[in-house]
Amino acid sequence: METQAFQRIYTKIEELTKATCMVRATGVGYEELALVHGRLAQVVKIMEDAVTLQVFAGTEGIPTNAEVAFFGKPPTLQVSEALAGRFFNAYGHPIDGGPEVEGEEREIGGPSVNPVRRMQPSELITTGIAGIDLNNTLVTGQKIPFFADPDQPYNQVMAMVALRGQADKIILGGMGLTNDDYLFFKQVFENAGALHRIISFVNTTENPPVERLLVPDMALTAAEYFAVDKKQKVLVLLTDMTLYADALSIVSNRMDQIPSKDSMPGSLYSDLARLYEKAVQFDHGGSITIIAVTTLSGGDITHAIPDNTGYITEGQLFLRRDTDIGKVIVDPFRSLSRLKQLVIGKKTRADHPQVMNAAIRLYADAANARTKLENGFDLTDYDERTLEFAREYSDRLLAIDVNIDTEEMLNVGWALFAKHFSREEVAIRKDFVDQYWVG
Amino acid sequence: MSKSPIKSTGKVTGIIANLVIVRFDGPVSQNEVCFIQDEDTALMAEVIKVQKGQAFVQAFESTRGLKIGADVEFRGHMLEATLGPGVLSRNYDGLMHDLDTMTGVFLQRGEYTDALDAEKQWDFKPTAAEGDTVVPGDWLGEVKENAVVHRIMVPFRLAGKYTLKSLAKAGAYRVNDTVAVITDSNGRDIEVSMVQKWPIKQAIRAYQEKPRPFRLLETGVRTMDTLNPIVEGGTGFIPGPFGSGKTVMQHAISRQAEADVVVVAACGERANEVVELFTEFPELEDPWTGRKLMERTVIIANTSNMPVAAREASVYTAMTISEYYRSMGLKVLMLADSTSRWAQALREMSNRLEELPGPDAFPMDLSAIISNFYARAGIVYLNNGKTGSITFIGTVSPAGGNLKEPVTESTRKAARCFYALSQQRADSKRYPAIDPIDSYSKYLEYPELQQALNEEIAPDWVDKVNQLKNILIRGKEAAEQINILGDDGVSLEYHLTYWRSEICDAVILQQDAFDAVDSRTPIKRQHYMLYKVLDICDTAFGFESYEEVNPYFKRIINQLRQMNYSEFDTDKFKEFEAGLEEIISERKAG
Repeated sequence: METQAFQRIYTKIEELTKATCMVRATGVGYEELALVHGRLAQVVKIMEDAVTLQVFAGTEGIPTNAEVAFFGKPPTLQVSEALAGRFFNAYGHPIDGGPEVEGEEREIGGPSVNPVRRMQPSELITTGIAGIDLNNTLVTGQKIPFFADPDQPYNQVMAMVALRGQADKIILGGMGLTNDDYLFFKQVFENAGALHRIISFVNTTENPPVERLLVPDMALTAAEYFAVDKKQKVLVLLTDMTLYADALSIVSNRMDQIPSKDSMPGSLYSDLARLYEKAVQFDHGGSITIIAVTTLSGGDITHAIPDNTGYITEGQLFLRRDTDIGKVIVDPFRSLSRLKQLVIGKKTRADHPQVMNAAIRLYADAANARTKLENGFDLTDYDERTLEFAREYSDRLLAIDVNIDTEEMLNVGWALFAKHFSREEVAIRKDFVDQYWVG
Repeated sequence: MSKSPIKSTGKVTGIIANLVIVRFDGPVSQNEVCFIQDEDTALMAEVIKVQKGQAFVQAFESTRGLKIGADVEFRGHMLEATLGPGVLSRNYDGLMHDLDTMTGVFLQRGEYTDALDAEKQWDFKPTAAEGDTVVPGDWLGEVKENAVVHRIMVPFRLAGKYTLKSLAKAGAYRVNDTVAVITDSNGRDIEVSMVQKWPIKQAIRAYQEKPRPFRLLETGVRTMDTLNPIVEGGTGFIPGPFGSGKTVMQHAISRQAEADVVVVAACGERANEVVELFTEFPELEDPWTGRKLMERTVIIANTSNMPVAAREASVYTAMTISEYYRSMGLKVLMLADSTSRWAQALREMSNRLEELPGPDAFPMDLSAIISNFYARAGIVYLNNGKTGSITFIGTVSPAGGNLKEPVTESTRKAARCFYALSQQRADSKRYPAIDPIDSYSKYLEYPELQQALNEEIAPDWVDKVNQLKNILIRGKEAAEQINILGDDGVSLEYHLTYWRSEICDAVILQQDAFDAVDSRTPIKRQHYMLYKVLDICDTAFGFESYEEVNPYFKRIINQLRQMNYSEFDTDKFKEFEAGLEEIISERKAG
């Protein structure tokens, strides 16, 4: 980014911290962008002529007489159809060797949708993964994270969901992605022949952490362009939101703010909600769906980041390794899609809710049987059958390598019921049993 | 309250997020409203501190692009609600701007729409007589607003006695038309229209007295009405971790409760949940009047992505609207989801003001702020002797599900009913997940309420409710014993104790909020089912071994549940009941 003739340039930096600097300047707008010693920075505080800037790449080596050039505008993104198929950094500059994108310049982090202009989400997203489609059905306009420990294959599952989800555009916001993961996404999208509908904004671990703060806003500004202007179905993938929150805490710490729980800024809830609430369904069919990743530390969901996230998002998906079958499954107990009620049994076959609940109930009985077994109690015949059912249910439905349509999932469910249980034990409404019972 | 003719002005000298520092001339008061001129847009803000001759104001909008030296105009009044006919059925933002009349898909900075329709004609009927002596809050006339008789009152902001000089004749008037002239003791005339304004952070006190609540407020939710009732003019709160069903619970109460007016403050919560209200309330029927639910409802929506400062204002706006309708002698129910988000908004601002923090970085006076707010609810005797009430139920979203955090603790001191949502119950799909043992209603200890319940429902009602509580507590103890000692390690009596409490849990406490019949249980039906269940608990059954207990009680529960799912007193209901009697007679001793 070059300095231009009309820009105001100041050279009197009076304070420097690791992430911020203070310069004497006038006529500066709040949240305006500036270039400090060639590095991008944003105004975070103005007191009379003392302007404090947050330098995204850190302040190492910046001298007190460095040039500070103000742009006269907040961070923006050039939006047009030409975004499709491109890879950008956190500032919206191409990192794929291609040219800069020409288009309409939009401020990132723009205003919220008027709640009365929203539509109630009601369109199903199918992924082929039964742990999602059958038990935790996703809906366009929903926001839902994977809660996962760092060693789990959440990025792989997310990429799979994105590719199968029939979105018009998939926008990847990568925060603190390892270079390997970045290349993984790039390769998966390329192999699937989907590059033309992918847009990526990526901050890798090689980039400064504070830069990450721009990534979700960039991704969501692009998403709003396609969802609002082009009326498209847009799927936004944000990984990893825990690293985004960590960057927030770095900045608030440097600004001497008083931390609240788990050293996180007191505004964490609002900061996260501002992003997640960009998920929306419009009446013209355009929508933004957000699938995010929040990595946990040892499965602890009471930490401020997953806790605040849980209060904002419409459910959460948990992955777990099932040692019985040696595969990763979508945990049916801890996962929840709050919006599934809007579609299951309505957009899917009428027996869907009942089959879903019956299978989970029987799976819970199996968990009880397993506890009994571990405690050295004898198992009843019913206990034995639930354990067999659980193994097959896990393997044929919960495992993330399953890829079948929802009707097939329901049929598999009925087949497993009939194989292991009597009609009474399954306890599904009589008319469905009469219609679908196998044998 | 006098208004100075010259308004103070100022210039912006500092900006930190939505905290703006202003140097001003002339007088400025705490909580005064001002507008910051950012080029073509005027941003609304409120004074929250004055220090060293500078005013610290919180902007209700994003301050992006704002510059030092921007002009500020102070308005000479605090943040106000606009009160008059036409408030019902509307969707407002936290500052009472009508969301439906805003243009565009996105909320534009500085777009402030009117709260009321200035052109709509209302059919006014005078109810007072010229020459009457009147005081603030007295009824002068009325208009019909949906199903509600909307009283036109002497403005609350006045003080002292007035003589009603003239009163408009029956006919159609717009809200700003003068409908009455009143004269004060100095002979000065004051024109009264159908609209009045009131500063939202102050309570409307135009009533004689506030007695202790003494009447049940029926919600149709059994675990509330039967076990821990909320009362007309009572306060309650619902804390619970995410996913435990707070919002489903609040929505059920807002649909079913026996109220004339329902004010819902969606405070810092999910936009899609508010959309659910927008979508369903115009369609669903009010079970008490048969009209559409939206007709009795006002929604104040400040979802989590809307400006934080307005989130704080939103609960006060909702409370002021509630107080306005209470002054008309109406039963108002106000719900706020969630008060934790409001407390967080206070925290963010206190943090920017660099105040010394209290626990978890919340402001030190959090507890006092919450108590003051809850104290605005209550049943009152108006000046004309009639009653009006605000029943307030707030949800709390405790961080990490920990009920020892400051917002939950502070609210517990202020609210009289506690509905603890338990993760364990939610995990085992026992909805509503209100823990029957940890939860309480202080009102159940009030002799005046006990008397009213016994008169209205059944002479021994309160005794029966206490009996139910004992069964639940004993059942929990038995379950713990069985878990420790194993099924065959305890006597048969433990299994029976446990299963008696399971019947109560399954049939009285658990309720399907998504089922048309089960979702709402009128008190008469609650009475019938409670006595039915307690009868079964009192029945002696004969069993050979503990293994027979479980399947037998499951059959009883199944039958009772089918009754819950059937319309009361229908043939189907009676058929299930007959089936139940048969099952009971199988093992009834003696």
